[in-house]
Amino acid sequence: MTTPMLEVKGLSTKYVTRFKENVYAVDNVSLSLEEGQSLGIAGESGCGKSTLALSLMGYYFPPLHYMKGDIIVDGKNISGLAPDEVRRSILGNEIAYIPQSAMNALNPTQKIINFIEDVIHAHNPDMSKMEIYQLAAERFETLGLSADVLKMHSVELSGGMKQRTVIAVSTILSPKVLIADEPSSALDVTSQKMVIKMFRELMDKGFIKSMIFITHELPLLYNVTDRIMVMYAGRIVESGTAEEMVFDPVHPYSKGLMNSIIVPESGVRDNKLTAIPGTPPNLKKPPSGCRFAARCRLATDECRKSEPKVQHFGSNRNYRCRLTEAQLREEHSND
Amino acid sequence: MTKTGNNEIYSTEEKALCLSGKGVTKVFGSGDKKCIAVNNVNFKFHEGEFVSIVGESGSGKTTLSKILLGLLNPTDGEIFFKGEPRDISSIKKRKEYWKGTQAIFQDPFSSFNIFNKIDTVLLDCLKMRGVKRSDKQEQVRLMTEACNFVNLKFAELTNKYPFELSGGQMQRLMIARIFLLKPKILIADEPTSMIDACSRATILDMLLKLREEIGMTIIFITHDIGLAYYISDSVYIMEHGKIVESGLADEVILNPKAAYTKRLINDVPKIHEAWDLDTV
Repeated sequence: MTTPMLEVKGLSTKYVTRFKENVYAVDNVSLSLEEGQSLGIAGESGCGKSTLALSLMGYYFPPLHYMKGDIIVDGKNISGLAPDEVRRSILGNEIAYIPQSAMNALNPTQKIINFIEDVIHAHNPDMSKMEIYQLAAERFETLGLSADVLKMHSVELSGGMKQRTVIAVSTILSPKVLIADEPSSALDVTSQKMVIKMFRELMDKGFIKSMIFITHELPLLYNVTDRIMVMYAGRIVESGTAEEMVFDPVHPYSKGLMNSIIVPESGVRDNKLTAIPGTPPNLKKPPSGCRFAARCRLATDECRKSEPKVQHFGSNRNYRCRLTEAQLREEHSND
Repeated sequence: MTKTGNNEIYSTEEKALCLSGKGVTKVFGSGDKKCIAVNNVNFKFHEGEFVSIVGESGSGKTTLSKILLGLLNPTDGEIFFKGEPRDISSIKKRKEYWKGTQAIFQDPFSSFNIFNKIDTVLLDCLKMRGVKRSDKQEQVRLMTEACNFVNLKFAELTNKYPFELSGGQMQRLMIARIFLLKPKILIADEPTSMIDACSRATILDMLLKLREEIGMTIIFITHDIGLAYYISDSVYIMEHGKIVESGLADEVILNPKAAYTKRLINDVPKIHEAWDLDTV
């Protein structure tokens, strides 16, 4: 059996507010990512997707704190490493991260090549400027970006171009895992498509070995990722292949999310969109029992009292609910 | 005749004209820096119609929405309000026009005055509507009704500032404002682009409910042709300031004629059809 590129076991992290309150944003998350695989993480705003992305890098700084769990990158456990060690040896070459609105993070006074020099010098201080330029120009050309972009300032680039440049800079060291947090949300549909095409090229050409893609846009996840995990209130509530999750969700929350899909296909206008009533719980005091119970139409007193266990079915389908697969399917068929 | 997102049969045939424009043009700058943001655009929006204006970034849709709202004057062309030429030449006339024409903007975080509490925001709307200041009971009743309409609890909102709410809640508060003002025309400029897919479903649902309740014309600006298809009766497709295709949503999106419309549809990820990434 091959070693997974990323393996996470029981990871829990929290935010500590300035009033010393704990916000349990990621609770007991486990996942595995093989070479060449892409994993999508879906969920509403405030369900812990972005915190999970930050936590996966093993680079913690206040207000985010590590609580427990293991993060294993290509066989190496990074969860116990000091922040400086993580920055020096992990970020950039083992795990690369593209945050939300990454394109706004480019310093307008610097040329694009300067960002690349910074990234490479942090890991390989002996590399000359000429070598860096040659490497960057070749990589940019391969990814369909002109090498002229390297000599430009960020203000000279359009939104879509800036985002693609940020992706190319972040992956210049060919990381084993790329974590992209809502990389295309601020772009129009055409620029979004170019960004997605670039991710696919990065995978196909082996510049990144695996990818975690976070977004609330389900049609996008369906087209980009192999597997999808649905997150709610800091926990993974269901996971399966992209096909299974979009066309055959089992957990009531995943089912609700899939009902919000809008695509320009015939028949879409006949289906009424159904929003999930209510809002996610406050994670300072997570509810006892199932965290989704307050919004779930199938919830009983039992759900509110005891924590649901993770159940398995099919080849690799997991969901967290008290009801059996057959009971859930029957309820969904009555909708 | 067409079927809309809420399964109603819609027809423009018997509806009266609400807002229309002939040869509307907006030019920014001059000489080498001249930019024609809106180029000789004609449109007809009917009463109670849900119409979407779709295009990429920079296609001129927000400039057109600002012209419709009266925030920008067109360089050329004329706008007609209920069949008569629109006159917003003085502040008084403009204020009168805004009583009947309201807007929801893209960024809910910058749509509110951060120094005003939520009750002040809603009270301003009641003032515009002419509700007496002395009638406190009526004020609270109307504000509670508006908050209930958007699934917010008025009792929990009093004494809060808008920035204490989430993006989705703020956008719902904007809709509560519209519910109180009951305008004839609502211009919604990408109201769902900054909120998640789940809150988006709620907002779209509320816009449809608003149209049903008040019978207003809704002009929905978006770059997502999938959204436009789901929610609108008719669509206008804009490219480089020009309308390249328009018509009933079903006809335009399921059977597009213009190459640009085809491209926009092709650029959106789908779930039942393959997404062609090679044609970018």
